[in-house]
Amino acid sequence: MTSAAIAAARPGFLARRRRSYRLFALPALIVVGAVIVFPWLFTVWMSAFDWTIGSAAHFVGLDNYLALVTNQRFLEAIVHTFYFTALAVVVPLVLGLAAALIFHRRFAFRGVLRGIFTMPMMATPVAVALVWTMMFHPQQGVLNYLLSLVGLPPSLWVYSPTWVIPSLVLVEIWHWTPLVMLIVLGGLAALPTEPYESARIDGASEWQLFRYITLPLIAPFLVVAAVIRTIDAVKAFDTIYVISQGGPGTASETINLYLYLQAFAFYNIGNASAVVVVFFAIILALALLLLYVRQRAKWT
Amino acid sequence: MDLTATLPLPAARRARLRRGWRKAAFGFSVAVIVSPAILVFLWMLSLSVKTEVDNTAYPPVFVPAHPTLGNFVQVFTENSMGLYFWNSIVVSGLATLVALAVGIPAGYGIARAQAHKITVLILIARMTPALSYLIPLFTVFQFLGLNNTLTSLVITHLVITVPIVVYVMAGHFETLPRELEEAALIDGGSVWTSFRHVALPLARPGIVVGTILAFIFSWNNFVFGAVLAGRATRTLPAAVYNVLTFEQLAWGPLAAAALVVTVPVLLLTIVIQKEIVVGLTHGGVKA
Repeated sequence: MTSAAIAAARPGFLARRRRSYRLFALPALIVVGAVIVFPWLFTVWMSAFDWTIGSAAHFVGLDNYLALVTNQRFLEAIVHTFYFTALAVVVPLVLGLAAALIFHRRFAFRGVLRGIFTMPMMATPVAVALVWTMMFHPQQGVLNYLLSLVGLPPSLWVYSPTWVIPSLVLVEIWHWTPLVMLIVLGGLAALPTEPYESARIDGASEWQLFRYITLPLIAPFLVVAAVIRTIDAVKAFDTIYVISQGGPGTASETINLYLYLQAFAFYNIGNASAVVVVFFAIILALALLLLYVRQRAKWT
Repeated sequence: MDLTATLPLPAARRARLRRGWRKAAFGFSVAVIVSPAILVFLWMLSLSVKTEVDNTAYPPVFVPAHPTLGNFVQVFTENSMGLYFWNSIVVSGLATLVALAVGIPAGYGIARAQAHKITVLILIARMTPALSYLIPLFTVFQFLGLNNTLTSLVITHLVITVPIVVYVMAGHFETLPRELEEAALIDGGSVWTSFRHVALPLARPGIVVGTILAFIFSWNNFVFGAVLAGRATRTLPAAVYNVLTFEQLAWGPLAAAALVVTVPVLLLTIVIQKEIVVGLTHGGVKA
């Protein structure tokens, strides 16, 4: 007997069962309410107060937000964040796509090599960031030595205000290209073979096959990768905090780094909470924008 | 002078040559794409087994003449790496256990009640920066006097572990056939018995994946430990950063400690190679 038949025999049965299934989620909802939803509400509430830990809180309404609009350092942090994010999304997407096309083909030791290629993704970010810090060292770092081997002048890497963000992005690329690769690889595995066969008969070149068949078919997967990469890149913290602490000066201070300083160096909870709300709005806007693109991509 | 390049070749030989070139080019691109991953880890290993003299030498020493385990001995004896390792196991272990206790039934309930709207909550949680949980929780722990305790860390790590377990389990229970549970219900079993005795045993593979992913993400977290922990309650990533970079600036011990943090994760990763993507993309953005 199916559940539909049971429902017909005993009215209200399904509704009752659905309710008891919902009860299964109750303990998790309590935990999520305490550690996730409560902080959201608390943050929004605190953003309306002028409150530094250790002193009394004053209700200030929207003043924290208004102060942010004219806060030069915060505005610069937004610019740094967008610069960092743009690089840390586009480059891994391109490289990840290339890597996926490579790993989609069959060759000796493919499984092992793919395993090695994906290792950076799970490695503890702080540990990896510390190794990169040593590699970036202008005098004793191995990167400048490698540059000298191919005849290039040494770089100051993260010690240069101009190069600090691209250098940090380099770590981000190293860390997260494998994730893009795995997502795209999933897309490639699902490709049909017929369009390729008929296109080959029509004399299409390898490039045309890729451009007009493969790329449109895996576009949805690229968008998924772009959404995830954007969310993670905007929120990047560990790598930047460990390697440059937002420096030199404030050259690599992203919103997250600024937020950390406000909250846990100055204990300025009211201001930090307002930053969180704005920060979340930015992340949400970016994610929605990309999902909108994805929706559009489906129609064409 | 190379004559073969100028002389006309038989077509078959030319084709073979072209295929050879293609193969070589492909092999080269595989090498290019894999080498950054392997080189950084090898460099980490190299730094960790070299003396300070070798580590600061220029040009760099890649393979030391006299490898040493001194750096590892030092971080465990002088920098109490053992204690921090234990802290990390306790925090990530307990946070994962609690997440399993509440997350497995929740995943089941969501899958069977078709309550997909709840996964939107997980997506929003995924988008929220970790620091925004930290500020309110820090304030509450301050009020309760829980700062600098492992309890506060375990509670905060639930922010990471619970959404992952719920997401993985909901996805897994959806793939399980409902017929067996229906049978149990018709035989007079309650919804709970059909979960406990029918669905749960079948969900073991999903539970393994959820456990490992939750543990890894909790283990890798840095900022919660960096803010909430005291000297004796630091988790490994926070300890590696604080102890080894501020209190001394030696590369060997630093690399050794970094290796101690990373190796357990890499070992766990091998177990669940294929399911990693699910964990990293959790939040409902399915391809």
